[in-house]
Amino acid sequence: MSDCPLQILINQMPYTLPQGASLADAVAVAGVQPPFAAAVNLQFVPRVQYDQYTLANHDKIELISPITGG
Amino acid sequence: MTTHASHLDQLNLYGEIFHSRLLLGTSRYPSPSVLLQAIERSKPAMLTASLRRQTGGGGEASQSFWNLLRQANVPVLPNTAGCHSIQEAITTAEMAREVFETDWIKLELIGDDYTLQPDTLKLPEAADRLIKAGFKVLPYTTDDLVLCQRLVDVGCQAVMPWAAPIGTGKGSINPYALRTLRERLDIPLIVDAGLGLPSHACQVMEWGYDAVLLNTAVALAQDPVRMAGAFTDAVSAGRDAYCAGAMQSQDSVQPSTPVLGTPFWHQA
Repeated sequence: MSDCPLQILINQMPYTLPQGASLADAVAVAGVQPPFAAAVNLQFVPRVQYDQYTLANHDKIELISPITGG
Repeated sequence: MTTHASHLDQLNLYGEIFHSRLLLGTSRYPSPSVLLQAIERSKPAMLTASLRRQTGGGGEASQSFWNLLRQANVPVLPNTAGCHSIQEAITTAEMAREVFETDWIKLELIGDDYTLQPDTLKLPEAADRLIKAGFKVLPYTTDDLVLCQRLVDVGCQAVMPWAAPIGTGKGSINPYALRTLRERLDIPLIVDAGLGLPSHACQVMEWGYDAVLLNTAVALAQDPVRMAGAFTDAVSAGRDAYCAGAMQSQDSVQPSTPVLGTPFWHQA
């Protein structure tokens, strides 16, 4: 069971990552260009924690970047 | 707090001094070039910005906007546009703080998608939690006096009531409420949303509002750069009029030319 790959969502798109994958791995797979910030399951994750943040099955990741606004 | 005839008449928000009383939104302009020219023309105190998922093209639009912000060299006021829950707003604010490297946040918490009316019941708690997390919160709110007072109670050092719903350009739809707010609250007040004409901005500034936040009225003008200038002049004129102290209106006429010495007095 522990070897099962992770099914996660990044910006609502499905991805499969190996067990033990970190948020840094997810960011690399998503291919977003900096600057951006990340949240997992509606909780902000600071950039310095990406490497240490271990993902769980069905995690929902948001990666968002600057855009015009009013 | 604003005072009449202040010789140091500058916008003070959370202890920071700004040399403009106009905050400018960055959306809906015909092109980035026009936006940049509008910024240069209006020299705003802050520029609002937002955060969204990167779409196709590897984030080129985001990167282009990021470069424009750096070129403009104006303080950024990130918003939480589109958030419907307190947690969404807090998480978005935290993400914005990391990306834009600022504690400023324009708190938008939408309660109704059709009118974009703020969720007035959740707004104080959201503001409270953000302030405790170290943010300088500028809440977008309705013109309800008690709500605005509650925002002040939780630590907001400025509030941003609407003049009318976002993007409508109607000007103040409830002058009584806005003027009451000005009379009752002793903090900087910024009219955010609903202004369509420079005269709208001038009017609220004449009432003693400390600043205005504009976007659509400039961006959707046929000549946004010229309109940015018109709003800049209107804000300045309104502020000067407030500081000058307007005369009291009255029902009876008063001749402005002296009556004494009028020639041909009752000779006809």
